[in-house]
Amino acid sequence: MGDWKTITVPVLSSDSKNIFQYTSEKKISPSSMNSQVLRLPLPSSKSMHGFFSAFCTEENIEQSISYLDRELTTLGFPSIYAESKGKELNLISIINCMNELLVLQHKNLRAQEEIELQHLKLGSDMEHLQNCYTKLKEQLELSKREIVGLQERDRQLQSKNRNLHQLLKNEKDEVQKLQNIISSRATQYNHDMKRKEREYNKLKERLHQLVMNKKDKKIAMEVLNYVGRADGKRGAWRTDKTEARNEEEMYKVLLSDYEQRQKQLLVENAELKKVLQQMKKEIISLLPPQKQKPKERSEDGPVLSDLEEDIGELNKENMWELSCETVREQLTNSIRKQWRMLKNHVEKLDNQVSRVRSGALNEKDVISREDHELETEKLELEIQQCKEMIRTQQQLLQQQLMSPCDDDTTLILQDCYLLEERERLQEEWRLFREQKKNFEKERRSFTEAAIRLGLERKAFEEDRGTWLKQQFLSMSTDCKHSENMTAPSAFLGSSDQDNRLAISTSQRKPHCMLSVPVSAESCQTSQYLTHNSSSAASKTPAGDSKPNQWVESDKEAAE
Amino acid sequence: MDFSELFKLSGLLGRFSPDGKCLASCVQFRLVVRDASTLQVLQLYTCLDQIQYIEWSSDSLFILCAMYKRGIVQVWSLEQPDWHCKIDEGSAGLVASCWSPDGRHILNTTEFHLRITVWSLCTKSVSYIKYPKACQQGIAFTKDGRYMAVAERRDCKDFISIFVCSDWQLLRHFDTETQDLFGIEWAPNGCVLAVWDTCLEYKILLYSLDGRLLSTYRAYEWSLGIKSIAWSPSSQFLAIGSYDEKVRILNHVTWKKITEFEHPATVANTKTIVYKEVEKSPSVETERLSFPPPRALAGSLFSTQSKYDVSQVPVSLQCIKPVADRANPKMGIGMLAFSPDNCFLATKNDNIPNAVWIWDIQKLKLFVVLEQLCAVQSFQWDPRQPRLAVCTGNSKVYLWSPAGCVAVQVPLEGDFQIVSLSWHASGDSMALLGKDNFCMCYLEREEVK
Repeated sequence: MGDWKTITVPVLSSDSKNIFQYTSEKKISPSSMNSQVLRLPLPSSKSMHGFFSAFCTEENIEQSISYLDRELTTLGFPSIYAESKGKELNLISIINCMNELLVLQHKNLRAQEEIELQHLKLGSDMEHLQNCYTKLKEQLELSKREIVGLQERDRQLQSKNRNLHQLLKNEKDEVQKLQNIISSRATQYNHDMKRKEREYNKLKERLHQLVMNKKDKKIAMEVLNYVGRADGKRGAWRTDKTEARNEEEMYKVLLSDYEQRQKQLLVENAELKKVLQQMKKEIISLLPPQKQKPKERSEDGPVLSDLEEDIGELNKENMWELSCETVREQLTNSIRKQWRMLKNHVEKLDNQVSRVRSGALNEKDVISREDHELETEKLELEIQQCKEMIRTQQQLLQQQLMSPCDDDTTLILQDCYLLEERERLQEEWRLFREQKKNFEKERRSFTEAAIRLGLERKAFEEDRGTWLKQQFLSMSTDCKHSENMTAPSAFLGSSDQDNRLAISTSQRKPHCMLSVPVSAESCQTSQYLTHNSSSAASKTPAGDSKPNQWVESDKEAAE
Repeated sequence: MDFSELFKLSGLLGRFSPDGKCLASCVQFRLVVRDASTLQVLQLYTCLDQIQYIEWSSDSLFILCAMYKRGIVQVWSLEQPDWHCKIDEGSAGLVASCWSPDGRHILNTTEFHLRITVWSLCTKSVSYIKYPKACQQGIAFTKDGRYMAVAERRDCKDFISIFVCSDWQLLRHFDTETQDLFGIEWAPNGCVLAVWDTCLEYKILLYSLDGRLLSTYRAYEWSLGIKSIAWSPSSQFLAIGSYDEKVRILNHVTWKKITEFEHPATVANTKTIVYKEVEKSPSVETERLSFPPPRALAGSLFSTQSKYDVSQVPVSLQCIKPVADRANPKMGIGMLAFSPDNCFLATKNDNIPNAVWIWDIQKLKLFVVLEQLCAVQSFQWDPRQPRLAVCTGNSKVYLWSPAGCVAVQVPLEGDFQIVSLSWHASGDSMALLGKDNFCMCYLEREEVK
């Protein structure tokens, strides 16, 4: 698929350059098709040759020449006869004609080739399209079938759904019916039960009469002697008085129960009130007092705040004992108010906290937004600049391309550039070498200096040792502090010397380090240089006879 | 924990006297009264027939023995062993008998619930209460013994009569809005009467002592309703167990539901402790075995020991499916009891017969589940402290308290299946009742803490 597309594109485009590219490509690419096409005319030309030989013979040479002349003139070629000399042939014109014919032939062949190719391509396109068409047709057919199937399924599902709905409805109806049945059965059952119970009652009544009224001798209590009542009293007669007393007692029982319950409630209430009071106190103590008062006044006016004060006074007194409705209302009101205040306060605090927390972020956000805008402006500017750059570069490129672009010339040009570059690099390299040499020299001098220093130091140390020995020998009886005094001073002197030297070295070192990037033009070279120098520096102590001293002096310098 | 030897018993009739001094037990025709602490036989009475029911009078002076088959009640005095009293209901028959709270009257319910006869031991007087309702709990006395409520049925309607016990005077008589009243129960403070309807309907009515309807509560319709109820000792809560495997708790101020305790087969709450009874075979070392083995050891040798393990929640409890086509299905809350300090409620769901659920009433949450190996037969709270004794029809007694729980094997010979138990009023001992024998179980004081 991709093949023919990529080929057709250059054919379609009218750009001459593209065609040129294309044709050149064709020339280069040794495709089998092309070779076949090219080969095909060869046998035909041979046959033509054979035909030509048959066309012209010794006898009819004149006619054939004249025929050819006519033919050529009709085709727009100049006559092959020399005009002036009648039947004489103009050889030059014949050759020209021949050449032109050959060129024409070539052209035609090429055109034919191209046309054949195109024909082939078109044929394959056609085939492809036909294939596509059939495929799509199949697909269409398939999807149509699918649609039909889905429709069928949908229909089935719908019908199923309908059936289910119907079933549900039926079930509901059934449930309703069953419920009705249950209730009807229940009523029937109750009715029957009642009937039975009535019968049963009648029977019971009858039985009662039979059993009880028969003066059943057996129904009796045999008791040895009657016992006294548990409370020791005698049984009282039942009178209206006792009835009233019973009634009274019952109410007493009830009353006592209610009283007890009330007491419990009172206790509970008192406790709750205590809690309330405590809460209130705590709320008041929690709320900032200077904020609380103006708010109260602003919200509720002076009357309510007066009331509040009254309540406050009452609070201190025994207002908790009062369960008067007005007091209760005031109390609840005040509590509610305070609660509201507390809530506001807490909310405010929350807000503050959230503001504080999100404040920083928000501010950052704001700043960043401004920054963003600035940044975007900058970036846009940059983009524009870049675009311009690109445009100019494109223009330049185009110009370059437009100008006859021989590969050789470009190569030569490139070579020139490369040569230039190389020269430049070589120059740099040379410079770099020189610098390196300088460095080496410097380093050598440094090491020499260090060695010298070490030697000096050794000598000094020896000197000091001898001096100390002398001192010790001469003043063995002396107190120690004088010795202590002298030792540090000697040490100080030596360290001073060392320091001075070290400082000088350290001063020199960064100087040369800095000088390198300044002299070097490209970043790469500078990097290379630094790398080199560092490697050189790392090498030198290894090669040194006394690396430790070097390091020591360095350390001292650092101190 | 100490155990007495086994004594013979019939009909699970073993009762402590209200003052806690004596223990009455029945063996066929005979009534044996023992000292509750020494178990010495104090008195022995012989009745006319096999005793079917006994009850102490409130002052612990008399015991009534009912022989329903013969329609006779015999009363014995503890003070005067030769004093006797026999009440014959004759052809009217007898189905129930009980003391009045004063201990001087006996209420006999005749067959077919024709009437209740009130016999006095002080005078010759006999009173009748007609039309008593044939129901499970038709008579209820207030705790202080002043009032009696009787459920009645007249003209296919339920009525409640409230009597003053001192002179049997009718105080109040009112009809209830019940379809078929099933039970009545006074609140411990004696001021509220709970009346519940038949299990076909979930309905509970609360009446004041003066007959006012305080409240009605219905949780649901149609399906089977209330199975059992219990008042908290403080009268503050009314727990209602129903066939839907839930306990609903009403408060005493608004008579509205406070909470609902479900009894699912899986305990998922991680805060609930589930004690599972685990059997362990007795590990008796062979060198310690002597021949013949000592009696106590012999008894325990052949019975498996068990202990409690704390199982990890979620726990799924063994659940039985009630037979659908049988009446009185084995499901729902059949037993419930508040602890004496109001802090706990013990319940049993009949279709999870092996579990006792103990609820914390202060938090209104499930606190503990005891999962037994056998079906729980009975449980009872210690009257003095939150301690629950459970029996499951084997020879072990199980005790739970907030500190933990123990399973104790009764170290006795023979087959002793504890079906019921009853605490002594002091909470120091309890009687473990089996089908044919009983024994006493003494708890040490140290353990009481």
